Amino acid sequence: MSTPYAKLPAWADYGLIPLLNLVVAFFVAGLVVLLVGESPFRAAAILIEGAFGRGQGIAYTLYYATTFIFTGLSVAVAVHCGLFNIGTEGQAYMGGLGVALTCLAFDSVLPWWLTFPLAILASAGVGALWALIPAYLQARRGSHIVITTIMFNFIAASIMVYLLVGPLKPLASQAPQTRLFLEGGQLPKLNWLIELFGGRVRSAPFNVSFLLALAMAFFMWVLVWRTRFGYEMRTYGFSPKAARYAGISETRIIILTMMISGAFAGMMALNPTMGDQHNVAIDFVGGAGFVGIAVALMGRSHPVGIVLAAILFGMLYQGGAELAFEMPAISRDMIVIIQGLVILFAGALEHMLRPQVQALFAVFSPRSVGIAAAAKDG
Amino acid sequence: MDIFDASLQVLNSTIRLSVPLLLACLAGLYSERSGIFDIGLEGKMLAGAFAGAAAAAVFHSALIGIGMAILISVGFALVHGFASITHRGNQIVSGVAINFIAAGSTIILGQAWFQQGGRTPALGAGERFSSITLPGADAVRDVPVLGSLYSGLLSGHSVLVYLAFAMVPVTWWVLYRTRFGLRLRAVGENPAAVDTAGISVTWLRYRALICTGVLTGIAGAYLSMAQNGGFVKDMTAGKGYIALAALIFAKWKPVNAMFACLLFGFLDALSIRLQGTPLPLVGKVSVQFMQALPYVLTVVLLAGFIGKAIPPKAGGVPYVKER
Repeated sequence: MSTPYAKLPAWADYGLIPLLNLVVAFFVAGLVVLLVGESPFRAAAILIEGAFGRGQGIAYTLYYATTFIFTGLSVAVAVHCGLFNIGTEGQAYMGGLGVALTCLAFDSVLPWWLTFPLAILASAGVGALWALIPAYLQARRGSHIVITTIMFNFIAASIMVYLLVGPLKPLASQAPQTRLFLEGGQLPKLNWLIELFGGRVRSAPFNVSFLLALAMAFFMWVLVWRTRFGYEMRTYGFSPKAARYAGISETRIIILTMMISGAFAGMMALNPTMGDQHNVAIDFVGGAGFVGIAVALMGRSHPVGIVLAAILFGMLYQGGAELAFEMPAISRDMIVIIQGLVILFAGALEHMLRPQVQALFAVFSPRSVGIAAAAKDG
Repeated sequence: MDIFDASLQVLNSTIRLSVPLLLACLAGLYSERSGIFDIGLEGKMLAGAFAGAAAAAVFHSALIGIGMAILISVGFALVHGFASITHRGNQIVSGVAINFIAAGSTIILGQAWFQQGGRTPALGAGERFSSITLPGADAVRDVPVLGSLYSGLLSGHSVLVYLAFAMVPVTWWVLYRTRFGLRLRAVGENPAAVDTAGISVTWLRYRALICTGVLTGIAGAYLSMAQNGGFVKDMTAGKGYIALAALIFAKWKPVNAMFACLLFGFLDALSIRLQGTPLPLVGKVSVQFMQALPYVLTVVLLAGFIGKAIPPKAGGVPYVKER
């Protein structure tokens, strides 16, 4: 007889276990650094110094975190419904199309605070539409959402490349990107916020979409835990059978959840385009959609966890850039390994350390793991 | 004759381009038929390609290279098994993780060991699989049609190409004519039944994953040691995912898999060939359209509009003995 997963107090479930998994992931990453012939401790010091040491670093860390909050929320919402949306990358890429069309149309006539809401709607809308087809196919035709969303990532990439080397590119230019957005398509920076706390920022792309990201995290919390729809969604995620029995429409839940997930992903496009580069260029998402998977897993699909995990990954991205500068042997691809290890240990192997932790708890406080109660029953 | 030569060229590159797909696709077949989803084909192939090219360059031997490719690739497959079989983790998540770890570590280690921007040193003659000429190919070259088909299409590939196509009947035989194959298919459909018969589900699935690792290793070695003379970063470029698409397209059957991979390889070859040349009737076809076609076809198939693709029933579900 195999033992079921051990019961643990909530703080261990949501705090200790993820933390331990993270430690294991970073330990293995440290081994890779050793293999390359550098000191893991010095690497970690440079990384943290680069990310939080100066105002400039903090601004960049938060800029990257903004992106990852959006993609993390996107993955997490779907997880609550039992769906694994691997298509966040493609949905974010297509969201860029919404941003591009809005900004190219309105940036010369409207101020940013009017373009921004329009761009939010457009990017979220396009992202949601891009998630709609896989959702429909999953709900009505039974095709596996993981496979269809992977396929849609590639299709999205093809479409965006086609548009960016063709119709969206200014005639005179060779580079596969749209023209620069004018004043009306540029988001104001938030760097003054960091300067308020005494940090010094020369120039960093930290912008108002960070606030949008925080608002969306709050929105997600309300949606999932404080609405009827969220309840239905979680019910379906726990047990599709129970949801069906309770009269919850499977199609409606899957399609709406995936569209919300796609909308979060689409909004991610605002940050690097309107907030930083002021154009939409080829491959601007750059794997952020996949980072979202790691962020959602680490954040346990809870908005607070996601924001914290996104800041951690923002730190890795910003600190990683500094690290590549200080230690030429370690390029930014180190982050890809760390990301993979986090996904492995916090995701696929999340229960690996559970028996040991439970044994430890059983020694010190049998009551907390339900052993005392079981003994009485037996 | 001109059109004949041109189409011969396209078919020739179809074969070359479909070989990595075919090997990866058959690899995925073993694992998915045993009930383990494997999104990590891409990563295992990439790791194999790097390990193969790196070992071949260091030890100056193609055989050591491919051995290393298989070893590393099997290692990654076992990590996948450890996560998804032993610890009953999410198979998709584990596959995604493997893809990232492979993508990152090949670049980091490649840069640290060879200092060529993530490349491995160019492989010399004995360090890679060069093309072999089939017996009599030169003699019949001048025979019209059949002769050039034999010498231009069938002959002149590396040994791995022939191996890949030989793996199709071998896989068919293993799957449908051996005890292991029967059990493999059964464990993918109903692991509880296999368990009841006293056969270890865990060990069976691990063996399936080892087969997967071996084949993805060869696929990677083909990329870096036969098709190209060295490893370039991210050289699989989504081929693992196309192989996954081909596997679904083939409805998890080996012979179908060959045709699916040839079809996707043909689309790839055609898009390279047609770059910028207008076609009669339709005009210029954009490269992006051709590149997206395999994915679109797979989605359409998955949706059940052209036949229904039914995956192995126990796929993606970790097996839990009765508690």
